[in-house]
Amino acid sequence: MECVFGLVGNGFAIVAADTSAVHSILVHKNNEDKIMLLDSHKLIAASGEPGDRVQFTEYVQKNVSLYQFRNGIPLTTAAAANFTRGELATALRKNPYSVNILMAGYDKEAGASLYYIDYIATLHKVDKGAFGYGSYFSLSTMDRHFRSDMSVEEAIELVDKCITEIRSRLVIAPPNFVIKIVDKDGARTHAWRQSVQDVTTASV
Amino acid sequence: LVIQIFEYNGSAVVAMVGKNCFAIASDRRLGVQLQTIATDFKRISKIHDHLFIGLSGLATDVQTLYQRLVFRHKLYQLREERDMKPETFASLVSAILYEKRFGPYLCQPVIAGFGEDDKPFICTMDSIGAKELAKDFVVSGTASESLYPVKPCTNQIWFEIQKASYKKCNEAEELFETISQALLSSVDRDCLSGWGGHVYVVTPNEIKERILKGRMD
Repeated sequence: MECVFGLVGNGFAIVAADTSAVHSILVHKNNEDKIMLLDSHKLIAASGEPGDRVQFTEYVQKNVSLYQFRNGIPLTTAAAANFTRGELATALRKNPYSVNILMAGYDKEAGASLYYIDYIATLHKVDKGAFGYGSYFSLSTMDRHFRSDMSVEEAIELVDKCITEIRSRLVIAPPNFVIKIVDKDGARTHAWRQSVQDVTTASV
Repeated sequence: LVIQIFEYNGSAVVAMVGKNCFAIASDRRLGVQLQTIATDFKRISKIHDHLFIGLSGLATDVQTLYQRLVFRHKLYQLREERDMKPETFASLVSAILYEKRFGPYLCQPVIAGFGEDDKPFICTMDSIGAKELAKDFVVSGTASESLYPVKPCTNQIWFEIQKASYKKCNEAEELFETISQALLSSVDRDCLSGWGGHVYVVTPNEIKERILKGRMD
């Protein structure tokens, strides 16, 4: 039931992910951040097996940092995406990771880009992408309303439309989402969309 | 629910031989079973100006295999200081696929190129490297079964037209028409492939790359 989706706008890329950490019928927490900052100008939104998700994305993040330390310059988004695909492909026939990834980044030359990376290491550069059951709703909504070079406000409106669609049409829909954006000024959290706040212990 | 791994992403690739030219075409859909992810997926790659390879099957293996083959060809170019002949390349692909005999790459390659004296060469192979040479056309992918009957049919029509009247026409253009019609009509019968077509028509002097607009469904 994990929903991850993203799109590319005018000089920026946006990714949104649900924030529930679920184990069978139990919701452990509903503010789990599934979008990791890979470096100053890259985001990696991941969905899948919880252990694999955290371990693999941290592995990619540390290797991206290592490249920067060794070489003095950061990796481009395309290079980071291809590195990620390579790691998934190598592990595929030995010890596969069950993680689906949307990698968003901004490079000075290439502009904003979004990469769709399957759990079986299928890599494709896309304008809009989504994973999970929520993709049945978010992809269709994005197909209908997406235009190339949208502004941030228009893109957020579209993201909200997708979230509304997921909330109303998906059985056991995740209640909370986080939206992160990456543009020339860097990668950062843009907003949270919470319909259920974390419950603190009640005062007895 | 058993998933057919060769039909997981959906694909259609066809190559045809003409007079002093060859054409290789593929569909553009990238799907995950019933869902379409992208409509601009590249299945055909250029190895060098006179050699193309189209890979159908599981997209991740298409990408891995392509990277390995480009690597091997670049090494060959460095050592031999020349491009690989298509017959040699086909043997290389076959060997690489058979290496993984008991855990294969889930792809079916289609190879098209110019051999000695610019003679067109095409071949296909299964996922473990069994080569299938042909004089006229080769097909591969989820739409492969429907690609078979259409080509001889349309070719027959063209042959009749050619025999009946003298036409000053470009052999490469005719081949483009034939292969495009064959591709589009067969992917229209296959729900897992389609969303347009990508056609390369190659003569010894030029490569013409064209995108086909077909039924987008």
